[in-house]
Order: sequence, then C-alpha cells, then structure tokens
Amino acid sequence: MSRDRIGVIASRVRTEEKSIMAALDARGAGYDCVDARTLWRGDQGAPRWSAVLNREIAASRALYTARSLEAHGETVVNSAAATEVCTDKWRTSLALRAAGVPSPPAVIAMTPQAALAALDEQLGYPAVLKPLVGSWGRMVSLLPDRRTAQTVLEYVGERPAPQARLVYLQRFVPKPDRDIRVLVAGGAAVAASFRTGEWRTNAALGGRSSHCPLGPDLAELALAAARAVGAELAGVDVIEDEAGGLHVLEVNDRVEFAGLQSAVQGRADVAGAVADHIIAAGRR
Amino acid sequence: MITCPECEGRVAAPEEPRVHEIVECAECRSELEVVGLDPLLVALAPEVEEDWGE
Repeated sequence: MSRDRIGVIASRVRTEEKSIMAALDARGAGYDCVDARTLWRGDQGAPRWSAVLNREIAASRALYTARSLEAHGETVVNSAAATEVCTDKWRTSLALRAAGVPSPPAVIAMTPQAALAALDEQLGYPAVLKPLVGSWGRMVSLLPDRRTAQTVLEYVGERPAPQARLVYLQRFVPKPDRDIRVLVAGGAAVAASFRTGEWRTNAALGGRSSHCPLGPDLAELALAAARAVGAELAGVDVIEDEAGGLHVLEVNDRVEFAGLQSAVQGRADVAGAVADHIIAAGRR
Repeated sequence: MITCPECEGRVAAPEEPRVHEIVECAECRSELEVVGLDPLLVALAPEVEEDWGE
C-alpha cells in the first residue's frame, strides 16, 4: 500500500460501494478495499492511504475504524467526530439545535419511567420513539397516546443492554406520507429524492424513491445540517410539515443512495460525486 | 452460475463480482456474500446486526 492510494473500508459491498469503486476506477484512482472485520490498529502508527472512505455498515466498527485510523494520521471521511454524532440520535439533535437547523423537538430520558414523564410534561402525543443508535427505521415506534407509550416503554425497559434502555423521543410532525433524502458531498448538495411509504418512509422498509427537485431552500438546509454534524458526505433526511416548513430528522454519515440514484437517473451522479470528494480529500 | 449454500439453488453470478459483494438467491431469498473470486465462491452473508445501518 502506498499513500497515493485511497482506502475504502467496507465489510459489505452493496450497490453503493460497487458504484463508488467503479467511479474510482473510471477516474484512474487507485484504492484498496478493506474489510472492516479484518481491520486492527495499534495505538500508534503511520498513515497508509491518501484518504479513507469509511463505508462500514456496522456503526460500532465504523466509529472505532475512524478513531483508530485517525490516530494513525489518516484522513477519514467521514471523520470519527462526525460518525460519533450521526450514529447517536440525541447528539444529532443537539448538534442541529446548536446550529439553528430546524428539527423536531427531542428528549433523552434516562429510564422508560422518565420518558413517560417527558411525554406528559413536555413533548405530548403523538411522539416517536427511536433507538438511540439504529437505522433503516428499525424499532422506530409511533406513540399516539399514553396507553401505547406505557406498553412500548415497558418493552424498552426489558431490553438487556443498558444503552438500549435510554429513551430517545421526538415530537411527531404531521406530514405527507413522504420525506426527502438529500445527498451532500463535499459542501455541495448533489441530488434529492422523495421517499414515499407508510409514516416511516425508509427504503429498507419498502419506501419508494422518486425524483425531488433540489431547490435552494432544501439545498441550504441540507448543507447546514451536514455542517452541523461535521459530515463531508451525508444523507440528510428532511420532512415537510403541513405548512410546507422543512425539518431535518437525522443525518446519515455512511449514506445509502441506490434508491436516490435510481430516482434521479441521469440528473446526478452520486457515486461520482463521492469519488471526486474522496480523491480531493486525499490531496488536502 | 453458482450454487446457493442454503438451498442448492442456482444463483446468477454478478457480472463483475467483488469480494464481500452481496447477492441474493432467487429461490430461497438468502443473502450470500462473495468470499472468493477465482473460483467464485459464496457463503451465507452474516445476519443483520442491531447497529447496522447508514
């Protein structure tokens, strides 16, 4: 390995990773695809790559991959700091709030009992309960009323991992059955898609993607959200309220974009934008 | 064509396979991971874990 090559970290090569590597090939950029499951680093060492693209699917491995490689002086995209914020919904909420990016009011409660108090005294119903760390809409629960909240929180209280018993809640924003995914790469909003489905519109749950015009308001909001969490590459999830206002739900640091690319077709080349950005990062 | 290790169904090989690429068996819907290229080898892909995502 020499430092004119890019590191691509991935334990699962999906459509996105294949298209990014094809884009790197097309640009004549050398790279090493490294399985994060085989990765280890000591507490000191020298960088091996010009830049590293972190596409690891497991949040824990992604975070420690970024931390360990940065400790060796590597330029990792996204940075460990960005991954740390994006993989933690509460830290994302705090970062968005601090930057003045509109997002639904959120609460972290230390126990399910405290969560019930927060719902009674601050958030109200309906509200949305989300795992603090999680993706693809898994275990995201709509709490329409106190009775449902009590039931769901009873299950949360029985989860074995201490962190899983911390409760993250967001106020439910009435919205159309769609949300918007904006892809940000290196300070530019590249493309956007609508995702249509049930109230959870995650592609992993069967949400369908279609082209979304990327106007200046949406682009500026997505860029502000990516900046707020420190992400150079980001998938910013945005919802529209009933008055047409835009709110950022979360920011994904290892963004999946197969659905978005399929929706925007030839209007944008997402993998190409990612490849261009990681090549540029290697020249910094 | 490759053979699904779960159901022994015939699975079309990707055009330009890459190690750790995921392919799906059309017969049993198992996710398979490419673990070797020459010869092309697949194994059952790991189960999705709780912290997987984007």
